[in-house]
Amino acid sequence: MDAVIENLPAYFRGFGMTLLLLGVSGIAALIIGTVIAAMRISPVPSLRWFATGYTDLVRNTPLTLVLFFTAIVLPLLGSRLDYVTAAIIGLSVYTSPFIAEALRSGINGVPVGQAEAARSVGFGFAQTVGLIVLPQAFRMTVPPLINVFIALTKNTSVAGGFFVVDLFATGRILANARGDAVIPILLGVATFYLLITVPLGLLAARLERRWVVQR
Amino acid sequence: MTGSSVLFDAPGPVARRRSLISSVIGAAVILAGLAWVVLTLAAPKGNLPGYFDPTRWEPLAEPIVWQRILTVGVWGTLSAALTASVLAIILGIVFSLLRSAQTAWIRIPTAVVLEFVRGMPVLLMMLFILLVLNTGTFWAVVAALTLYNGALIGEALRAGLASLPRGQREAGLSLGMRPMQSKMLIEFPQAFRQMLPIIIAQLVVLLKDTSLGYIVGYVELLRVTMNQLATFYGNYYLFSFFVVALVLYLTMNLLLSWFARWVARRTASKTGRPAPDPDQEDQELLRAKAVAESQQGGQGT
Repeated sequence: MDAVIENLPAYFRGFGMTLLLLGVSGIAALIIGTVIAAMRISPVPSLRWFATGYTDLVRNTPLTLVLFFTAIVLPLLGSRLDYVTAAIIGLSVYTSPFIAEALRSGINGVPVGQAEAARSVGFGFAQTVGLIVLPQAFRMTVPPLINVFIALTKNTSVAGGFFVVDLFATGRILANARGDAVIPILLGVATFYLLITVPLGLLAARLERRWVVQR
Repeated sequence: MTGSSVLFDAPGPVARRRSLISSVIGAAVILAGLAWVVLTLAAPKGNLPGYFDPTRWEPLAEPIVWQRILTVGVWGTLSAALTASVLAIILGIVFSLLRSAQTAWIRIPTAVVLEFVRGMPVLLMMLFILLVLNTGTFWAVVAALTLYNGALIGEALRAGLASLPRGQREAGLSLGMRPMQSKMLIEFPQAFRQMLPIIIAQLVVLLKDTSLGYIVGYVELLRVTMNQLATFYGNYYLFSFFVVALVLYLTMNLLLSWFARWVARRTASKTGRPAPDPDQEDQELLRAKAVAESQQGGQGT
């Protein structure tokens, strides 16, 4: 236990890095994911195909391989990114198709009758989507989106294997330094992760119960 | 809402032309981007040739390299994934039964354990098992993947169990079955079949996550290609090995994803229910939970 307490500053630095990775790549993934989702429901075929191809490609590539690319292969190709930026790019790209799918499935979850009703009272595309479909899709989308962010929180730990000193890497360094206190040190790391994921999970479950049953 | 055609009018000649034009422009932009990437890669680096130069791909002509990639790399990945898949499904079944048990003494601790496992990074579990239990890398990878995916599969199965019509259980009980018999013989097979596409989708995630073994030192596809072979042959060939690893991973995962979709279609045509989309497990789980919730609401009457 004292191994955890005397290393608290290191924990907090690691936790800060994890939060930074989570925040920045979360927002970036949200932006890329929204663009991809918009492309997937758009009336322009070539954009639809591109978005589908992108989703299939990235979703089926392991995160480790993505981060390997941004952290080790890209510098070889001549990029001059530091490891934190590389990790953020990798995490954003990897997370974006999951965001896009969560958004798209929310839109698909709105019953067809809603859009038909909107169309039959004379609404155009923008009105149908903006006033009828999206407000309903939003509540179907938020719990899955929170789940994507929970997954992202856990995925930031992979960056710890690629030269970023986040919570996972901190735990690994401390565990190597204090071979006699491996269990408390790693449980300490787990606690910090649970500090983010458990509240988010509870929030998602609450929203699910509140919103889904209303239909 | 399947198909976005409800959202806009059937396109007339003007709209069709406009759509075609924007489609062509979009395609041109995308192709230009791809061409830029290809040309950048192909351009010579200083006094070294570009990445598509045949000399960069020379090691791939040697059979020993492929033997190493397939028998050590792909085998390492697949054996870990297979072992963990079987164990995770078994553990998931156990979790789902414990989690939906009648006694609160069993149900609540299981819920806490599941919450704990689901909130932790798999990588951290691997490191923990490796350092604390000292199991060796293979079992560290397998055990962590089993625990994590077992928890997720258990949650899916529980949602499937809870979303079955109550009449199924009542019919079982009224035939004189014990609660456990009804659960195992009547309810569970239905829940399993309903959730099968989601379970397979979860196994795709499991297969991808074996690559985390790279970080804790397990010898799998990524370590063989990007570390052992790339170190042996030198950085000159790193990009080529990266492409090989990417293609192999994509092949394995896409085959499994297609299998998931095929199973989903088959289940749908057998049960007459709409096909659960394995790509959208969240919505599928939401739906199952919503049905379960509405049934619990009706239980009081």
